[in-house]
Amino acid sequence: MARITASVYTSHVPAIGAALDLGKTQEPYWQKVFSGYEFGKRWMREHRPDVVFLVYNDHATSFSLEIIPTFAIGTAAEFAVADEGWGPRPVPKVIGHPELASHIAQSVIQDDFDLTIVNKMDVDHGLTVPLSLLFGQTDAWPCQVIPFAVNVVQYPVPSGRRCFALGQSIRKAIESYDEPLKVQVWGTGGMSHQLQGPRAGLINKDWDNRFLDRLIADPAALAQVPHIEYVREAGSEGIELVMWLIARGAMSDMAGGAPPKVAHRFYHVPASNTAVGHLILEN
Amino acid sequence: MALHKPYADVPGTTIFDAEQSRKGYWLNQFCMSLMKADNRARFKADERTYLDEWPMSEEQKQAVLTRDLNRCIAAGGNIYFLAKIGATDGKSFQQMAGSMTGMTEEEYRDMMVRGGRSVEGNRVIGEGGDAQAHRQPQGHGKGML
Repeated sequence: MARITASVYTSHVPAIGAALDLGKTQEPYWQKVFSGYEFGKRWMREHRPDVVFLVYNDHATSFSLEIIPTFAIGTAAEFAVADEGWGPRPVPKVIGHPELASHIAQSVIQDDFDLTIVNKMDVDHGLTVPLSLLFGQTDAWPCQVIPFAVNVVQYPVPSGRRCFALGQSIRKAIESYDEPLKVQVWGTGGMSHQLQGPRAGLINKDWDNRFLDRLIADPAALAQVPHIEYVREAGSEGIELVMWLIARGAMSDMAGGAPPKVAHRFYHVPASNTAVGHLILEN
Repeated sequence: MALHKPYADVPGTTIFDAEQSRKGYWLNQFCMSLMKADNRARFKADERTYLDEWPMSEEQKQAVLTRDLNRCIAAGGNIYFLAKIGATDGKSFQQMAGSMTGMTEEEYRDMMVRGGRSVEGNRVIGEGGDAQAHRQPQGHGKGML
């Protein structure tokens, strides 16, 4: 049977992608960010998954205001890298896993979560920057990826509670898939940031680090935190952090297993407008 | 009963909810059209004519023409859509975000390198933080992109 081996959490700041693509990683400003991912790149080579279930948000790339799905699962065989106005990032196209993705969709919908099924969508920096951070520059991504896009553009985004419960349902779905695949669930976005208005540039290091502490040790309680607290404390765009609860909810301890091992934890300010957070939890 | 909006008292912040989305539907969809290269070229060649192809309000068109992003947001714009105008102009997300604070690009970048904007005094309208209405503008910028 397929199993979830680990969950990985990371910011997906577009400027990080630009720095990588333009060869700026050795600049002192960027070294402080990329040094935090050296461990993760080594760890990925040692713990190569067959499939990454990658939770992220589209940033008005594939979805305009015409259609706003709350949860969209990509069941296609492949996904093109989006042109976000600067030409597509020079990274490989994403190869999906249609069989596992459809299995997850069916199981989770049957478990009363209302997913939108997507067979064509380009993937933007929300998905490709995490892949670049953990796999480096490569001609082909070393595993298959199931994109899972969450609406964080129009309020209200799904609640932390809903995201956490969805993660638990996704775990059950993956564990009922017959092939013995090694699957990781990734949660991306955040950490604290605000991109709009006079309060642009908001960073809350204390709240972010408490979020990381609680995500590790007491995610069920963290899942009860209301949106207004994320907005007030972590910025209007800090609301993206609810997506991390999907990945956390999918870990074994949330189904009675042992607590995860914290393989890595990293935090740094700034990457452009954003606080960078990164965590690896092993089942 | 009206929709509950606990976020109405967060200073320097406009939450993009259903009301803002309704108000800004065509402004945001205009922005979306700039994802195509030939549309970007046509817009750059004659902004007013391009804008007049869209059922946007005059206020929304003026906000775009003046590149006043705060004004765009008040008119229903969402930052991820407005970012397409920034990309068309060759501006980074940092430049866009900074323009809404009244700081110059350098002032905003320095603030971020120093650890970003503090949340102290910036949680609720009426406190004394630098994102509050009575503290604007925050620097020597033009307030426009």
